[in-house]
Amino acid sequence: MKWPKTLILGGLIFATFLGAALLSLVWTPYPVDTLAIAAKLKPPTSTFWFGTDHFGRDIFSMIMVGARTSIAVAIVAVGIGITLGVPLGLAAAANRGGWLDEVIMRGNDLIFAFPSLVIAILITAVFGPSALNAIIAIGIFNIPVFARVSRGGALSLWTLDYILAARVAGKGRLRISTEHILPNIANLLIVQGTIQFSLGIIAEAALSYVGLGAQPPTPSWGRMLADSQTMISFAPHLALFPGFAIVLTVLGLNLMGDGLRDILDPRIRRARG
Amino acid sequence: MLRFAASRLISLSLSLLAASVVIFAVIEVIPGDPAAFMLGLNAQEDTVAALREQLGLEGSVINRYFGWVGGMLTGDFGTSYTYRVPVADLILARMWISLPLALYALILSTLIAFPVGLIAAARRGRPADMGIMGVTQLGIAVPNFWFAMILVVIFAIKLRWFSAGGFPGWDNGFWLGLKSLTLPAIALALPQASILARVMRSSVLDTLDQDYIRTARAKGLNRSQAIWRHGLRNAMIPVLTIIGMQFSFLLAGAIIIENVFFLPGLGRLIFQGITQRDLIVVESGVMLLVFAVITVTFLVDLAYAAVDPRLRRRG
Repeated sequence: MKWPKTLILGGLIFATFLGAALLSLVWTPYPVDTLAIAAKLKPPTSTFWFGTDHFGRDIFSMIMVGARTSIAVAIVAVGIGITLGVPLGLAAAANRGGWLDEVIMRGNDLIFAFPSLVIAILITAVFGPSALNAIIAIGIFNIPVFARVSRGGALSLWTLDYILAARVAGKGRLRISTEHILPNIANLLIVQGTIQFSLGIIAEAALSYVGLGAQPPTPSWGRMLADSQTMISFAPHLALFPGFAIVLTVLGLNLMGDGLRDILDPRIRRARG
Repeated sequence: MLRFAASRLISLSLSLLAASVVIFAVIEVIPGDPAAFMLGLNAQEDTVAALREQLGLEGSVINRYFGWVGGMLTGDFGTSYTYRVPVADLILARMWISLPLALYALILSTLIAFPVGLIAAARRGRPADMGIMGVTQLGIAVPNFWFAMILVVIFAIKLRWFSAGGFPGWDNGFWLGLKSLTLPAIALALPQASILARVMRSSVLDTLDQDYIRTARAKGLNRSQAIWRHGLRNAMIPVLTIIGMQFSFLLAGAIIIENVFFLPGLGRLIFQGITQRDLIVVESGVMLLVFAVITVTFLVDLAYAAVDPRLRRRG
């Protein structure tokens, strides 16, 4: 099978940031937690590729560490959505039309009706701004997304012959859901996971931009943007590089999502064939 | 149609009821005493007691909940602790910025997305389509607050065409007010337009594959006639959904943009309410936003049913 170009390009972009994030665990060009006021607000040069900030910290190193924050927050938030949303969606589909289905789906609609950013801000404000609370706030809104996707995917599978065969063989709803439905909606979940991942990156940036994400001294892209705002007229590089980092990461994930959908979603595969 | 509207109206009311319970509960679970939370650590005991009295915190949970909801139904949203004015007045004043801003951004986004999406669909697979798809892919990836900062640097600081933030008020003239909402509206509209253009494109393409388009072609219409008479109307259904969702997103999602441009809108009011621990403002402000979102969803549902009679039966 030929891999779509979007998947390769997106995968490369995302792999670069993932690599930078992992590398930052053991090495960055300059330390990000020590101040060097003498070298503050340097424009990009060969020594400081992306320049330095108002504390003299190397922007390139901060972007590497920031990638870690963004990716970690988004991954765990997607994880919350999958671990809670998928079982709910499967349960709803297994009891189609029953009260459980109704309760789960109405609960979904309810969460969708809340302006996610406002609630995320509310959660982080009430429980204190931290990366963990940002994860929870973003994760909660991933639950109905995954519940809906898995319910939709599962519903179409429940009508198929091999599920009927499994029922005739005496398997219960729970076993059918885990043994037959779940593996077959994994494709859908991977594609949706990529999309939610990129939304999580943007949400994390937005939350830390308003000061409710990861707290100093942990570098995060959103807060780097917020810090740059007062200095943007004479040090635009402070705002440009973290912004590019967000755009590229999100773009990479979205391209990956498109590519994955092309090869994983059977409906599109059929339409192409 | 009437039965459909009635059933949607019932589910609208139930959603609002559930939402109010959830919001009330979130504020309730704030660890400790809300009055003490609002006043901070160094508050005097009698100040806290006075605030509890003022907030109506004395009484059972049930009584307080119904006091709050009942108040809202009669237009009494309580009194803001920090501003010391009725919350209803505050929200109303802020709505005069948030609502026009959301509308402005929505109009911009729709005006950009419709032609762009149509062109892409008409030129499927050609360079114009690929270019548009690439640009919109980029547009989706740009966080609107970062785009806003870039706009400020270019158009406010370098070119000096617009002010970098603030709002002069509608009293100083409609155009002046509109001008100060222009950069924020563009910042909000660009990512939304990218999404909408892609939805528009795929929706038109989906429609073109339908049997009724083939029938229309078979009875002698040419391709563009078929698209105009039969395709567009049907392609509008997913597009309407997204527009509806975007309006509620713009209303609530403007919170960050309002912070970038120092616009005294509803989002900023809620945000400040949260940071200043003005829970009465937060509670009622969030409820109002949810009300707006649910109402818009309701209206979009009705609009669907008007556009596509097939949907009325589903209830």
